[in-house]
Amino acid sequence: MDTTTLAEISGNIATVGYGLAAIGPGIGIGIVAGKTVEAMARQPEMAGRLQTTMFIGIAFTELLGFIGVATFFIFQ
Amino acid sequence: MGEFLGLPALFFEGTPFEINRIILVRLIAVAVMLLLFWLGLRKARRVPTRGQSIAEMAMEFVKVQIADQILGEKFGRRYLPILASLFFGIIAMNLTGLIPFFNMAGTAIIGVPLTLGLFAYVVFIHAGIKELGARKFFKNSLLPSGVPVPIYLILTPVEFLNIFIVRPLSLALRLLLNMMVGHLLLVLCFAATHFFFFTADGWLSLFGVGTLLAGFIFTLVELLVAALQAYVFTLLTAVYIQQAVAEEH
Repeated sequence: MDTTTLAEISGNIATVGYGLAAIGPGIGIGIVAGKTVEAMARQPEMAGRLQTTMFIGIAFTELLGFIGVATFFIFQ
Repeated sequence: MGEFLGLPALFFEGTPFEINRIILVRLIAVAVMLLLFWLGLRKARRVPTRGQSIAEMAMEFVKVQIADQILGEKFGRRYLPILASLFFGIIAMNLTGLIPFFNMAGTAIIGVPLTLGLFAYVVFIHAGIKELGARKFFKNSLLPSGVPVPIYLILTPVEFLNIFIVRPLSLALRLLLNMMVGHLLLVLCFAATHFFFFTADGWLSLFGVGTLLAGFIFTLVELLVAALQAYVFTLLTAVYIQQAVAEEH
């Protein structure tokens, strides 16, 4: 039996990658920021140090999302 | 994508010193930053003038928020020049992405972020070797104490990958991609505005108002990101130096 093509999509689905890659870091950054807010509410005098640590945590988490952006350019 | 790769040369075409638009933007950004600091600090007085106090405020931010807080008094003083030049160099090149007619962050192509990442890499390894001696530094980073011996089979390769390969690359990639993505978002917003206003017809062109507004909002977001990325890059460099010079983890 011959195969008949009813519909065809051309192009690259690498762009979808960012959408998928954003899920994990999104949750991660949410947790980091939320926990920092909790901690700052408990101990307002520690706010400065907590913020610094929060930015370090966010920087590591955020990188995963950006790797998702980069793959689109690498495998184009 | 063409914007990130083969740009037409402006000066010195064909030589290794070929200058295209982005390199020109970088040079101007660095020159402007040096000029501002020179103007602010050329006649430093005990009672600061307005320009001097702004320059001192910026410097103090790096000293208090990054160097002293992460590295402590002794190492903070020693590594402040490196951290401050990283911070101000990065922020100057990031901000060019928002200035009209430049419209392109100097850090939005791989050259500068990679150079800075490798610079930070050399700095923290040098700091570790200088403060602890090569043997102790590599032992501390590759064979951290307080772990059962068989775990080293897994831990040492992971630590090696993390410290000596992932760190400089992640510093470079984070800066590069933040700036590149910001640029793409702005391009997207303003290109859509152009399309809706001049090409689309009827009620569709009303979307242009929304995209124009989004363009302005993203410009403000980019301002935040530009400052934040300079801060994060410097902060992480400080953290890496701190981990390298620490006696024990």
